[in-house]
Amino acid sequence: MTMSDSPQTSKALRAWRYLLPLAIFFGLLWFMWRGLSLNPREIPSALLNKPVPAFSLPLLHDPSRSLGAADMKGKVWLLNVWGSWCVSCRYEHPVLNALAKKGVIPIIGLNWKDRPEDAKSWLVKFGDPYQFSVSDIDGRVGIDFGVYGAPETFIIDKAGMIRYKHTGPISEVMMNETLIPMIQGLNKA
Amino acid sequence: MKKPKPSIGEAFGAFSAGKARHWLTFVLCAFLWAGLLGTGSISAQTSIPDVRPMTPELEARLKKLETELRCLVCQNQTLAESPAGLAGDLRREIRTLADSGKSNEEIKDYLKARYGDFVLYKPPLESKTWLLWFGPFVLLVGGAFVTWRVTRRTVMVEVSTPAISDDERRRAGKLLDE
Repeated sequence: MTMSDSPQTSKALRAWRYLLPLAIFFGLLWFMWRGLSLNPREIPSALLNKPVPAFSLPLLHDPSRSLGAADMKGKVWLLNVWGSWCVSCRYEHPVLNALAKKGVIPIIGLNWKDRPEDAKSWLVKFGDPYQFSVSDIDGRVGIDFGVYGAPETFIIDKAGMIRYKHTGPISEVMMNETLIPMIQGLNKA
Repeated sequence: MKKPKPSIGEAFGAFSAGKARHWLTFVLCAFLWAGLLGTGSISAQTSIPDVRPMTPELEARLKKLETELRCLVCQNQTLAESPAGLAGDLRREIRTLADSGKSNEEIKDYLKARYGDFVLYKPPLESKTWLLWFGPFVLLVGGAFVTWRVTRRTVMVEVSTPAISDDERRRAGKLLDE
Protein backbone atom coordinates (compact mmCIF):
# COMPACT_ATOMS: atom_id res chain seq x y z
CA MET A 1 0.00 0.00 0.00
CA THR A 2 1.41 3.37 -0.97
CA MET A 3 1.61 6.26 1.45
CA SER A 4 -0.36 8.55 -0.82
CA ASP A 5 -3.60 6.50 -0.56
CA SER A 6 -6.25 8.29 1.41
CA PRO A 7 -7.87 6.12 4.09
CA GLN A 8 -11.13 5.97 2.13
CA THR A 9 -9.68 4.70 -1.14
CA SER A 10 -7.48 2.22 0.65
CA LYS A 11 -10.51 0.88 2.47
CA ALA A 12 -12.42 0.45 -0.79
CA LEU A 13 -9.37 -1.11 -2.38
CA ARG A 14 -8.97 -3.51 0.51
CA ALA A 15 -12.63 -4.52 0.27
CA TRP A 16 -12.17 -5.22 -3.43
CA ARG A 17 -9.09 -7.21 -2.77
CA TYR A 18 -11.02 -9.63 -0.63
CA LEU A 19 -14.33 -9.57 -2.47
CA LEU A 20 -12.99 -10.20 -5.95
CA PRO A 21 -11.25 -13.53 -5.22
CA LEU A 22 -14.31 -14.54 -3.21
CA ALA A 23 -16.54 -13.74 -6.18
CA ILE A 24 -14.26 -15.69 -8.52
CA PHE A 25 -14.26 -18.59 -6.08
CA PHE A 26 -18.05 -18.69 -5.95
CA GLY A 27 -18.23 -18.38 -9.72
CA LEU A 28 -15.99 -21.42 -10.09
CA LEU A 29 -18.00 -23.25 -7.46
CA TRP A 30 -21.18 -22.60 -9.41
CA PHE A 31 -19.71 -23.92 -12.66
CA MET A 32 -18.39 -27.05 -10.99
CA TRP A 33 -21.64 -27.63 -9.12
CA ARG A 34 -23.57 -27.37 -12.35
CA GLY A 35 -21.12 -29.67 -14.06
CA LEU A 36 -22.02 -32.36 -11.54
CA SER A 37 -25.67 -32.35 -12.54
CA LEU A 38 -25.09 -32.30 -16.31
CA ASN A 39 -25.42 -35.55 -18.19
CA PRO A 40 -22.70 -35.85 -20.85
CA ARG A 41 -24.70 -38.61 -22.55
CA GLU A 42 -27.53 -36.18 -23.22
CA ILE A 43 -26.40 -34.65 -26.49
CA PRO A 44 -28.70 -31.98 -27.92
CA SER A 45 -30.29 -33.55 -30.97
CA ALA A 46 -29.44 -32.07 -34.32
CA LEU A 47 -32.70 -33.49 -35.66
CA LEU A 48 -35.15 -31.64 -33.42
CA ASN A 49 -37.68 -29.67 -35.51
CA LYS A 50 -36.26 -31.21 -38.68
CA PRO A 51 -38.11 -33.49 -41.11
CA VAL A 52 -38.00 -37.17 -40.18
CA PRO A 53 -35.38 -39.01 -42.27
CA ALA A 54 -36.91 -41.03 -45.09
CA PHE A 55 -36.51 -44.78 -44.67
CA SER A 56 -38.11 -47.98 -45.76
CA LEU A 57 -37.33 -51.14 -43.84
CA PRO A 58 -38.68 -54.71 -43.72
CA LEU A 59 -41.13 -55.52 -40.95
CA LEU A 60 -39.68 -57.65 -38.18
CA HIS A 61 -42.61 -60.09 -38.24
CA ASP A 62 -43.07 -60.11 -42.01
CA PRO A 63 -39.88 -59.20 -43.90
CA SER A 64 -41.68 -59.38 -47.25
CA ARG A 65 -43.51 -56.15 -46.34
CA SER A 66 -41.85 -52.89 -45.53
CA LEU A 67 -42.72 -49.71 -43.67
CA GLY A 68 -41.33 -46.23 -44.03
CA ALA A 69 -41.68 -42.72 -42.68
CA ALA A 70 -43.92 -41.88 -45.66
CA ASP A 71 -46.50 -44.43 -44.49
CA MET A 72 -46.95 -42.53 -41.24
CA LYS A 73 -47.63 -39.16 -42.83
CA GLY A 74 -50.67 -37.35 -41.36
CA LYS A 75 -50.30 -39.11 -38.01
CA VAL A 76 -48.60 -38.20 -34.79
CA TRP A 77 -46.39 -41.20 -34.10
CA LEU A 78 -43.64 -42.41 -31.85
CA LEU A 79 -40.45 -44.10 -32.97
CA ASN A 80 -38.65 -46.16 -30.38
CA VAL A 81 -35.14 -47.49 -31.08
CA TRP A 82 -34.57 -50.79 -29.32
CA GLY A 83 -32.62 -54.01 -29.38
CA SER A 84 -32.84 -57.33 -27.57
CA TRP A 85 -29.19 -56.85 -26.53
CA CYS A 86 -29.97 -53.54 -24.86
CA VAL A 87 -30.32 -53.71 -21.09
CA SER A 88 -31.89 -50.25 -20.68
CA CYS A 89 -34.56 -51.21 -23.22
CA ARG A 90 -35.70 -53.98 -20.93
CA TYR A 91 -35.88 -51.46 -18.12
CA GLU A 92 -37.93 -49.10 -20.29
CA HIS A 93 -40.21 -51.75 -21.73
CA PRO A 94 -42.99 -51.73 -19.10
CA VAL A 95 -43.45 -47.99 -19.70
CA LEU A 96 -43.87 -48.56 -23.44
CA ASN A 97 -46.33 -51.37 -22.75
CA ALA A 98 -48.34 -49.01 -20.55
CA LEU A 99 -48.24 -46.29 -23.22
CA ALA A 100 -49.43 -48.76 -25.86
CA LYS A 101 -52.30 -49.80 -23.61
CA LYS A 102 -53.47 -46.19 -23.39
CA GLY A 103 -53.74 -46.14 -27.19
CA VAL A 104 -52.87 -42.46 -27.53
CA ILE A 105 -50.18 -42.89 -30.18
CA PRO A 106 -49.00 -45.52 -32.65
CA ILE A 107 -45.61 -46.83 -31.52
CA ILE A 108 -43.21 -47.96 -34.20
CA GLY A 109 -40.14 -49.90 -33.13
CA LEU A 110 -36.81 -49.55 -34.88
CA ASN A 111 -35.10 -52.82 -34.06
CA TRP A 112 -31.54 -51.57 -34.22
CA LYS A 113 -28.49 -53.73 -34.93
CA ASP A 114 -30.23 -56.86 -33.77
CA ARG A 115 -30.90 -60.40 -34.94
CA PRO A 116 -34.58 -60.75 -35.94
CA GLU A 117 -34.93 -64.14 -34.15
CA ASP A 118 -33.57 -62.64 -30.91
CA ALA A 119 -35.83 -59.60 -31.29
CA LYS A 120 -38.95 -61.68 -31.84
CA SER A 121 -38.37 -63.95 -28.85
CA TRP A 122 -37.61 -60.87 -26.73
CA LEU A 123 -41.01 -59.41 -27.63
CA VAL A 124 -42.75 -62.68 -26.80
CA LYS A 125 -41.06 -62.67 -23.41
CA PHE A 126 -41.60 -59.03 -22.43
CA GLY A 127 -44.69 -58.02 -24.43
CA ASP A 128 -45.01 -56.18 -27.74
CA PRO A 129 -46.05 -52.52 -27.49
CA TYR A 130 -45.18 -51.86 -31.13
CA GLN A 131 -47.78 -51.51 -33.84
CA PHE A 132 -44.93 -52.52 -36.11
CA SER A 133 -41.25 -53.12 -35.62
CA VAL A 134 -38.88 -52.69 -38.52
CA SER A 135 -35.47 -54.34 -38.78
CA ASP A 136 -32.44 -52.11 -39.12
CA ILE A 137 -29.93 -54.91 -39.02
CA ASP A 138 -26.83 -53.02 -40.18
CA GLY A 139 -27.75 -49.78 -38.38
CA ARG A 140 -27.87 -47.64 -41.54
CA VAL A 141 -31.21 -46.01 -40.70
CA GLY A 142 -30.06 -45.55 -37.11
CA ILE A 143 -27.26 -43.33 -38.41
CA ASP A 144 -29.80 -41.19 -40.29
CA PHE A 145 -31.65 -40.74 -37.00
CA GLY A 146 -28.44 -39.85 -35.19
CA VAL A 147 -28.84 -42.84 -32.90
CA TYR A 148 -25.86 -43.44 -30.64
CA GLY A 149 -27.35 -45.53 -27.88
CA ALA A 150 -30.53 -47.45 -27.38
CA PRO A 151 -33.19 -46.85 -26.27
CA GLU A 152 -34.00 -43.61 -28.04
CA THR A 153 -37.46 -42.14 -28.49
CA PHE A 154 -38.70 -39.73 -31.15
CA ILE A 155 -42.11 -38.12 -31.52
CA ILE A 156 -43.03 -37.06 -35.05
CA ASP A 157 -45.92 -34.74 -35.85
CA LYS A 158 -48.53 -34.93 -38.63
CA ALA A 159 -46.33 -32.96 -41.03
CA GLY A 160 -43.47 -35.40 -40.50
CA MET A 161 -41.36 -33.12 -38.28
CA ILE A 162 -39.42 -34.48 -35.31
CA ARG A 163 -40.80 -32.67 -32.25
CA TYR A 164 -39.19 -34.61 -29.44
CA LYS A 165 -36.17 -36.75 -28.85
CA HIS A 166 -34.96 -38.55 -25.80
CA THR A 167 -31.87 -40.70 -25.36
CA GLY A 168 -32.10 -43.36 -22.70
CA PRO A 169 -35.07 -45.09 -21.13
CA ILE A 170 -38.27 -43.10 -20.69
CA SER A 171 -39.73 -43.25 -17.22
CA GLU A 172 -43.34 -43.43 -16.18
CA VAL A 173 -43.13 -39.85 -14.88
CA MET A 174 -41.77 -38.66 -18.22
CA MET A 175 -44.52 -40.49 -20.06
CA ASN A 176 -47.26 -38.92 -17.95
CA GLU A 177 -45.82 -35.43 -17.60
CA THR A 178 -44.06 -34.85 -20.91
CA LEU A 179 -44.97 -37.34 -23.60
CA ILE A 180 -48.75 -37.59 -23.20
CA PRO A 181 -49.38 -33.81 -22.93
CA MET A 182 -47.14 -33.31 -25.95
CA ILE A 183 -48.94 -35.99 -27.97
CA GLN A 184 -52.31 -34.44 -27.08
CA GLY A 185 -51.06 -31.00 -28.14
CA LEU A 186 -49.69 -32.29 -31.44
CA ASN A 187 -52.91 -34.18 -32.17
CA LYS A 188 -54.92 -31.00 -31.73
CA ALA A 189 -52.68 -28.98 -34.04
CA MET B 1 31.67 -71.91 4.77
CA LYS B 2 28.03 -72.76 5.13
CA LYS B 3 25.65 -69.95 4.84
CA PRO B 4 23.18 -69.66 7.73
CA LYS B 5 19.76 -70.78 6.69
CA PRO B 6 17.40 -67.83 6.59
CA SER B 7 14.43 -68.04 8.89
CA ILE B 8 10.95 -68.26 7.39
CA GLY B 9 10.30 -64.66 8.31
CA GLU B 10 13.50 -63.50 6.61
CA ALA B 11 12.81 -65.57 3.53
CA PHE B 12 9.31 -64.23 3.30
CA GLY B 13 10.55 -60.67 3.84
CA ALA B 14 13.08 -61.07 1.03
CA PHE B 15 10.41 -62.53 -1.17
CA SER B 16 7.84 -59.83 -0.55
CA ALA B 17 10.36 -57.04 -1.04
CA GLY B 18 12.17 -58.25 -4.14
CA LYS B 19 10.33 -61.04 -5.91
CA ALA B 20 6.85 -59.71 -5.29
CA ARG B 21 7.75 -56.45 -6.98
CA HIS B 22 9.04 -58.34 -10.01
CA TRP B 23 5.95 -60.47 -10.06
CA LEU B 24 3.71 -57.46 -9.80
CA THR B 25 5.47 -55.77 -12.71
CA PHE B 26 5.22 -58.96 -14.72
CA VAL B 27 1.51 -59.40 -14.03
CA LEU B 28 0.77 -55.75 -14.80
CA CYS B 29 2.65 -55.96 -18.10
CA ALA B 30 0.81 -59.14 -18.97
CA PHE B 31 -2.50 -57.41 -18.32
CA LEU B 32 -1.50 -54.38 -20.36
CA TRP B 33 -0.43 -56.54 -23.27
CA ALA B 34 -3.61 -58.58 -23.06
CA GLY B 35 -5.56 -55.30 -23.13
CA LEU B 36 -3.65 -54.00 -26.12
CA LEU B 37 -4.04 -57.22 -28.04
CA GLY B 38 -7.70 -57.36 -27.06
CA THR B 39 -8.52 -53.92 -28.41
CA GLY B 40 -6.42 -54.71 -31.45
CA SER B 41 -8.47 -57.75 -32.27
CA ILE B 42 -11.71 -55.84 -31.67
CA SER B 43 -10.79 -53.09 -34.10
CA ALA B 44 -9.70 -55.73 -36.57
CA GLN B 45 -13.14 -57.30 -36.29
CA THR B 46 -14.98 -54.07 -36.95
CA SER B 47 -12.67 -52.98 -39.76
CA ILE B 48 -14.32 -51.81 -42.96
CA PRO B 49 -15.10 -54.45 -45.54
CA ASP B 50 -13.13 -53.53 -48.62
CA VAL B 51 -15.47 -52.06 -51.17
CA ARG B 52 -12.83 -50.62 -53.39
CA PRO B 53 -9.10 -51.20 -53.20
CA MET B 54 -7.73 -49.00 -50.45
CA THR B 55 -5.02 -46.71 -51.72
CA PRO B 56 -2.45 -45.35 -49.25
CA GLU B 57 -3.69 -41.81 -49.98
CA LEU B 58 -7.31 -42.72 -49.21
CA GLU B 59 -6.28 -44.57 -46.10
CA ALA B 60 -4.29 -41.58 -44.84
CA ARG B 61 -7.15 -39.22 -45.66
CA LEU B 62 -9.75 -41.35 -43.86
CA LYS B 63 -7.46 -41.87 -40.86
CA LYS B 64 -6.99 -38.12 -40.51
CA LEU B 65 -10.71 -37.47 -40.92
CA GLU B 66 -11.57 -40.13 -38.34
CA THR B 67 -9.25 -38.54 -35.77
CA GLU B 68 -11.22 -35.29 -36.13
CA LEU B 69 -14.52 -37.00 -35.34
CA ARG B 70 -15.81 -38.12 -31.98
CA CYS B 71 -17.18 -41.51 -31.17
CA LEU B 72 -20.63 -40.90 -29.69
CA VAL B 73 -20.50 -43.99 -27.51
CA CYS B 74 -17.10 -43.65 -25.83
CA GLN B 75 -17.11 -39.92 -25.83
CA ASN B 76 -13.44 -39.31 -25.17
CA GLN B 77 -12.30 -41.36 -28.10
CA THR B 78 -12.12 -40.47 -31.75
CA LEU B 79 -13.82 -42.54 -34.41
CA ALA B 80 -10.40 -43.79 -35.48
CA GLU B 81 -9.52 -45.34 -32.14
CA SER B 82 -12.88 -46.41 -30.73
CA PRO B 83 -13.68 -50.12 -30.65
CA ALA B 84 -17.44 -49.44 -30.25
CA GLY B 85 -19.81 -51.02 -32.75
CA LEU B 86 -21.30 -47.70 -33.76
CA ALA B 87 -17.83 -46.28 -34.46
CA GLY B 88 -17.26 -49.19 -36.83
CA ASP B 89 -20.56 -48.45 -38.57
CA LEU B 90 -19.64 -44.79 -38.90
CA ARG B 91 -16.19 -45.62 -40.26
CA ARG B 92 -17.88 -47.81 -42.86
CA GLU B 93 -20.29 -44.98 -43.66
CA ILE B 94 -17.42 -42.51 -44.07
CA ARG B 95 -15.66 -44.95 -46.36
CA THR B 96 -18.78 -45.29 -48.51
CA LEU B 97 -19.20 -41.51 -48.68
CA ALA B 98 -15.54 -41.03 -49.59
CA ASP B 99 -15.86 -43.69 -52.30
CA SER B 100 -18.83 -41.86 -53.76
CA GLY B 101 -16.63 -38.79 -54.16
CA LYS B 102 -17.68 -36.68 -51.16
CA SER B 103 -15.17 -34.18 -49.80
CA ASN B 104 -14.04 -34.11 -46.17
CA GLU B 105 -16.25 -31.10 -45.52
CA GLU B 106 -19.28 -32.83 -47.03
CA ILE B 107 -18.66 -35.91 -44.90
CA LYS B 108 -18.40 -33.76 -41.76
CA ASP B 109 -21.62 -31.93 -42.66
CA TYR B 110 -23.33 -35.27 -43.19
CA LEU B 111 -22.41 -36.40 -39.69
CA LYS B 112 -23.12 -32.99 -38.19
CA ALA B 113 -26.67 -33.04 -39.58
CA ARG B 114 -27.26 -36.30 -37.71
CA TYR B 115 -25.23 -36.04 -34.53
CA GLY B 116 -24.76 -32.28 -34.10
CA ASP B 117 -21.58 -30.32 -33.38
CA PHE B 118 -20.74 -32.87 -30.73
CA VAL B 119 -19.42 -35.25 -33.35
CA LEU B 120 -16.63 -32.80 -34.19
CA TYR B 121 -13.63 -33.06 -31.90
CA LYS B 122 -12.79 -29.43 -32.55
CA PRO B 123 -15.81 -27.25 -31.70
CA PRO B 124 -16.75 -24.68 -34.36
CA LEU B 125 -16.05 -21.01 -33.69
CA GLU B 126 -19.41 -19.30 -33.16
CA SER B 127 -20.94 -16.86 -30.68
CA LYS B 128 -21.91 -19.54 -28.16
CA THR B 129 -18.41 -21.03 -28.15
CA TRP B 130 -16.54 -17.72 -27.75
CA LEU B 131 -16.01 -18.32 -24.04
CA LEU B 132 -14.62 -21.75 -24.81
CA TRP B 133 -12.19 -20.48 -27.43
CA PHE B 134 -11.11 -17.17 -25.91
CA GLY B 135 -11.73 -17.76 -22.17
CA PRO B 136 -8.23 -19.16 -21.51
CA PHE B 137 -6.60 -16.14 -23.19
CA VAL B 138 -8.77 -13.75 -21.17
CA LEU B 139 -7.65 -15.56 -18.01
CA LEU B 140 -4.02 -15.39 -19.14
CA VAL B 141 -4.18 -11.64 -19.77
CA GLY B 142 -6.02 -11.12 -16.47
CA GLY B 143 -3.42 -13.16 -14.60
CA ALA B 144 -0.59 -11.23 -16.25
CA PHE B 145 -2.23 -7.95 -15.23
CA VAL B 146 -2.63 -9.03 -11.60
CA THR B 147 0.98 -10.26 -11.49
CA TRP B 148 2.19 -6.96 -12.91
CA ARG B 149 0.20 -4.98 -10.36
CA VAL B 150 1.43 -7.06 -7.43
CA THR B 151 5.11 -6.99 -8.41
CA ARG B 152 5.00 -3.24 -9.05
CA ARG B 153 3.55 -2.66 -5.59
CA THR B 154 6.28 -4.76 -3.97
CA VAL B 155 8.97 -2.68 -5.68
CA MET B 156 7.28 0.51 -4.50
CA VAL B 157 7.08 -0.75 -0.92
CA GLU B 158 10.77 -1.61 -0.97
CA VAL B 159 11.66 1.81 -2.28
CA SER B 160 9.52 3.60 0.25
CA THR B 161 10.96 1.74 3.26
CA PRO B 162 13.37 4.19 4.93
CA ALA B 163 16.87 2.96 5.66
CA ILE B 164 17.74 2.73 9.36
CA SER B 165 20.15 5.16 10.86
CA ASP B 166 23.47 4.24 12.48
CA ASP B 167 21.99 4.99 15.86
CA GLU B 168 19.12 2.55 15.31
CA ARG B 169 21.53 -0.09 14.08
CA ARG B 170 23.60 0.21 17.24
CA ARG B 171 20.46 -0.15 19.35
CA ALA B 172 19.36 -3.20 17.40
CA GLY B 173 22.77 -4.80 17.82
CA LYS B 174 22.64 -4.20 21.54
CA LEU B 175 19.21 -5.79 21.80
CA LEU B 176 20.40 -8.83 19.87
CA ASP B 177 23.44 -9.25 22.09
CA GLU B 178 21.35 -9.42 25.22
